[in-house]
Amino acid sequence: MELVKLTIDKKTLEVERGTSILNAARKVGIEIPTLCYLNLDGLNIENKPGGCRICVVEVEGRRNLAPACATEVTQGMVVKTNSTRVLNARRTVMELILSDHPFDCLVCPKSGNCELQSLAHRLGIRDIPYQGEQSTYRKDTSPSIIRDVDKCILCRRCEMMCNEIQTVGALSAINRGFMAVIAPAFEMNLEKSPCTYCGQCVAVCPTGALTEVDHTRQVITALADPTKTVIVQTAPAVRAALGEEFGLEPGTLVTGKMVSALRELGFDYVFDTDFGADLTIMEEGTELLDRLTKYLGGDRNVRLPILTSCCPAWVNFFEHNFPELKDVPSTARSPQQMFGAIAKTYFANQLGIDRKNLVVVSIMPCLAKKYECQRTEFSTDGNPDVDFSLSTRELANFIKLANIDFGALPESDFDRPLGESTGAAVIFGTTGGVIEAAVRTAYELYTKKPLAKVDFEELRGLEGIRAANVDFDGLELRIGIAHGLGNARKLLEEVRDGKSQYHAIEIMACPGGCIGGGGQPLHHGDASILKARQKAIYMEDQNKTIRKSHENPYIIQLYKEFLGHPLSEKAHHLLHTHYFDKSTQIVIE
Amino acid sequence: MAKYRMHLLVCDGTTCHASQSESVKNALQDCLELNNLENEVKVVSTGCFGYCEKGPIVKVLPDNTLYVKVKPGDAEEIVKEHILNGQIVKRLLPTESVAQVYASEGKTPFFDKKQIRIALRNCGFIDPENIEEYIAHDGYQALCKCLTEYTPQQVIDIIKRSGLRGRGGGGFPTGLKWEITAKVKSDQKYVICNADEGDPGAFMDRSIMEGDPHSVIEAMAINGYCTGANKGLVYIRAEYPLAVKRLKVAIDQARAYGLLGKNIFNSGFDFDIELRYGAGAFVCGEETALIHSMEGKRGEPTFKPPFPSEHGYLGKPSNVNNVETYANVPVIINKGADWFASIGTEKSKGSKVFALAGKINNVGLIEVPMGTTLRDVIFKIGGGIKGGKEFKAVQTGGPSGGCLTSHHLDTPIDYDNLIAAGSMMGSGGMIVMDEDDCMVSIAKFYLGFTVDESCGKCSPCRIGNKRLYEILDKITKGEGTMEDLTKLRNLSEVIKDTSLCGLGQTSPNPVLSTLDNFWEEYVEHVVDKKCRAGSCKGLMKYIIDAEACTGCTACARACPVNAISGERKGPHFINQEICIKCGTCMEKCKFNAVLLQ
Amino acid sequence: MVHVKTIEDLKKIKEEFGKRIQVSGKNFDPEKVVQIKVGLGTSGIASGAKEVMNFLRDELEKRNIEALVTQTGDMGYSYAEPTIEVKLPGQPAVVFGKVNIKKADEIIERYIKNGELIDGILPTNYMTI
Repeated sequence: MELVKLTIDKKTLEVERGTSILNAARKVGIEIPTLCYLNLDGLNIENKPGGCRICVVEVEGRRNLAPACATEVTQGMVVKTNSTRVLNARRTVMELILSDHPFDCLVCPKSGNCELQSLAHRLGIRDIPYQGEQSTYRKDTSPSIIRDVDKCILCRRCEMMCNEIQTVGALSAINRGFMAVIAPAFEMNLEKSPCTYCGQCVAVCPTGALTEVDHTRQVITALADPTKTVIVQTAPAVRAALGEEFGLEPGTLVTGKMVSALRELGFDYVFDTDFGADLTIMEEGTELLDRLTKYLGGDRNVRLPILTSCCPAWVNFFEHNFPELKDVPSTARSPQQMFGAIAKTYFANQLGIDRKNLVVVSIMPCLAKKYECQRTEFSTDGNPDVDFSLSTRELANFIKLANIDFGALPESDFDRPLGESTGAAVIFGTTGGVIEAAVRTAYELYTKKPLAKVDFEELRGLEGIRAANVDFDGLELRIGIAHGLGNARKLLEEVRDGKSQYHAIEIMACPGGCIGGGGQPLHHGDASILKARQKAIYMEDQNKTIRKSHENPYIIQLYKEFLGHPLSEKAHHLLHTHYFDKSTQIVIE
Repeated sequence: MAKYRMHLLVCDGTTCHASQSESVKNALQDCLELNNLENEVKVVSTGCFGYCEKGPIVKVLPDNTLYVKVKPGDAEEIVKEHILNGQIVKRLLPTESVAQVYASEGKTPFFDKKQIRIALRNCGFIDPENIEEYIAHDGYQALCKCLTEYTPQQVIDIIKRSGLRGRGGGGFPTGLKWEITAKVKSDQKYVICNADEGDPGAFMDRSIMEGDPHSVIEAMAINGYCTGANKGLVYIRAEYPLAVKRLKVAIDQARAYGLLGKNIFNSGFDFDIELRYGAGAFVCGEETALIHSMEGKRGEPTFKPPFPSEHGYLGKPSNVNNVETYANVPVIINKGADWFASIGTEKSKGSKVFALAGKINNVGLIEVPMGTTLRDVIFKIGGGIKGGKEFKAVQTGGPSGGCLTSHHLDTPIDYDNLIAAGSMMGSGGMIVMDEDDCMVSIAKFYLGFTVDESCGKCSPCRIGNKRLYEILDKITKGEGTMEDLTKLRNLSEVIKDTSLCGLGQTSPNPVLSTLDNFWEEYVEHVVDKKCRAGSCKGLMKYIIDAEACTGCTACARACPVNAISGERKGPHFINQEICIKCGTCMEKCKFNAVLLQ
Repeated sequence: MVHVKTIEDLKKIKEEFGKRIQVSGKNFDPEKVVQIKVGLGTSGIASGAKEVMNFLRDELEKRNIEALVTQTGDMGYSYAEPTIEVKLPGQPAVVFGKVNIKKADEIIERYIKNGELIDGILPTNYMTI
């Protein structure tokens, strides 16, 4: 490793060759402001187009200013990050960016959480001397995501996410010069594009250009309706991140406080999507074993590997990109939808009310869930199994709206019966979790022996593509894991080309899995937040007394009273689905 | 029909307007008729001799005598002494030094050789669609020499010693660029020809490809040999259909003759060329943007380093040079580095092609040795300003170059001098302006171009140029303030200082150079609300001269906004509050009573 | 057609090219024939050079003048397009500017047939290598 010696603001330091000025400066406590730059360390996600020019610094001997994010240090380099020339340039560039940005901060959904706003504050911008025309575009609302690209500052983070990380290719820069903007091809609506609603664009957008469709009002209306019974389910990753919105340390588990808050908000029953997750394992695990046994028995009509299907963005992705493989993923519905289907049948029966008077709300770390619950196949007579899906962020705002002091709330437990869950369900919230949960159950069902060790460390981590072999009592089960749709694409291409070596593959659309979902509190480029959430998820699993889905007593009861057995006809009807070829649905109007 | 024994060539009155060549021509004609010589000697007008300071010029054929600064009164002497008596009129011969040049060149009919054609050597001489004609003009000898006599490093050394610098604008030493690409280890490398000539007004690359496509092909193959690339790509704009066609024909012929393909000149070197089409975005002339465009990506630049020499097309080392640069290469190999280095200035060797345009008589392509002064280019080669008007400025370097004034006329043109003067070489566009051009409007015009052509990737270029344009627009409408001038300068400097690529780093040059060189014009616009060139409509007003007005009402009837009032047969009056300055009244007035102030 | 492999191959093409000029199967002696080059760059074509070239080809044939009319690139005189270069046997080449059909006719009748120079000559003001 070669070291390079340089001076930044009169501080001399030595850093590795290849380090950027930005990172070198950080080592000596100099935080150069950035705007377009984004680096999710450890996840191989980096955006440094060098486009915003906020991080420019003066390098001795160089004709013009250098972007600190993209300029590598050189031997003997002398850098000034706060000279008059730099400060004037930085302020002028910021004034220019603001001159082409709507001044509606007060009513912007990103207000208070906007990187542009924070930067303007940090740079002490008090007026915009360069007033002029502002670029304006059509507002575009899809089932999950709103594009208000008047607020776009061309940081290109969403484009990087959508193309390089997710390989979805729904968003890219179009037009040029002053009218350049990020949009789907031909400026079509997002809904007509191959967008999967993974929401990673929203997760990295520094401004209010990309935000989620807010369903809070509809939920408030339902809660206020005395004829409705309103129940709520909360996804596993929400409890590991919600606290951040209330100033708690990333990685703080707030399960109990969250349940209390939801009760205070007026939900009649506070349930857990984890119950749905345990149910998913029952169905998906059984399906895996079924396919595996048939395959090993020589049945060549059975396709392996089996792919998990609980991530709705991933489902959208393969429907758009790999329709020829639509019989490969498991037919099991996602936990959100399994929960909804059971709630509107089994639980509605228990309450003795019509499904139309039961409103199911889900709290999700995800924006694709908003689209998923609107899919027509997940409704009966026009009544959806899940009525509304709110993101973690929407829930946080809702709690604040209701004047609830979140920090002071007592901890309380989920309601029964749909609030009971196992540790296996909790880890659905992170990459590797679904397959670990499935292995815990499938192992015992297949080998008829109890697991010696519940934790499968070999399936955990943050590597984009991971592989591990699990010994099923003599049978080597080959498992693949991918998170991020770009990684998923690589495994999918192997499957398509008949080169896949796996029996089962878990896929999560978002980097990190649901902990990094598009509906989570914004990480603003700090990857340590995602790591802390992942740690919290595994801690919650550790703390559970029951850690295998098939041991959840309410799941056992559900099968006994209602479903029969996994893959039964009723289970098939309520808990499984089929997929569509959406590859031809890109319509240019 | 008469067969003339002599011809008198007189440069054309329309170009040499100021020098009264038309009268000289008439006087000669009259004298000939007076002496009954009109059937023996013919007066012929010609294009520019390229020595306008000495005009009008009269040339006697067939004996090739040249008379300078001829006045109508000299006609009689020329006719009597030269034609009738066979005696040369010595006092009208060029000055001693010029005469010596003339004498030393003997046979050549014209004496002034301000131009030297190296890159354009075959343009307008050979049939571009006939490879044999190119070969007959020593074509492909350089490639043969390189492949059979030199090592790649030796060729690179020749190019380095020649001092050739990139002709696309940046002026990076070509040999060094080749060497960097050659040194990078890679399984695949590319030779790229930047034929995305984007400067409006510049068309030397187009002309070379249309007139001498093989020179580019030959040079690319030489580069491939030097750098270790066996694949060449020409990125050419689709708006150049003829250039595309001729390149295609040339590539096919070169393949047919074995000059492209496998084992060229039995050397074991393989090389072939493909075309890639650009859609005409100015920014795609920037090499990283060009490469992205070729890769099928959005044509926008990325941060350098890495340079294309290391990380270019498809991530492979790629040597990018423009058409004119390549066109120089075969000559350098054939005639040697020393010969090439003997032309030009200390730091800028060889010649440069310029496209003359604007208010200049001889609009066209010229090629001059580096170090030629702007004055020589504009007045000696370009034939001076159209209509004999006053020279005001010359804009070099395309839309992002600067406007230079009469103070710079004696500056020798090379890369470094132009930058020092606040402009740049660019690809060699040269647009001449006269007293009728408003410099604020000119700056606005160029900004309009960069606003349109900015890719939008970086904020200063995307938004800054737009704001510059808006401020200039405000000034030309008479709404500018002195504070706006301060803003213009700060904004220009920040855009230059912070933009991502060459486009934004140079786009404010027209503003800065006009602020520097024509400050008083800006102040006039802002303070006096006056445009001295009379081109900013917003600052002008139409008035009716009461004395000249006959009260015919033609103007009032034509005014689209009813701004004109007045009694029939009485003087009319324009209400300035209502007037939209369309100028219709002025057009309609038969008595020249409407004036523009 | 030759597959060029050596410098000698190039030299051979060069020599042969100077000796013979072949147009549509007919051999011409370059020393005896009128040679006309029409500047067919984009600027030339835009101002009508193609029409001029066709006119010259047709008319020279009709008027029984042995002439070779070829295309070439841009000569650089954009202000005087279309431009043509006429080389009469044994004489230096002369470039004419702003050649339209009428001018082309005049060039045939007066210059090519009679050696009489006409208005619009463009003096060569450059060195070439």
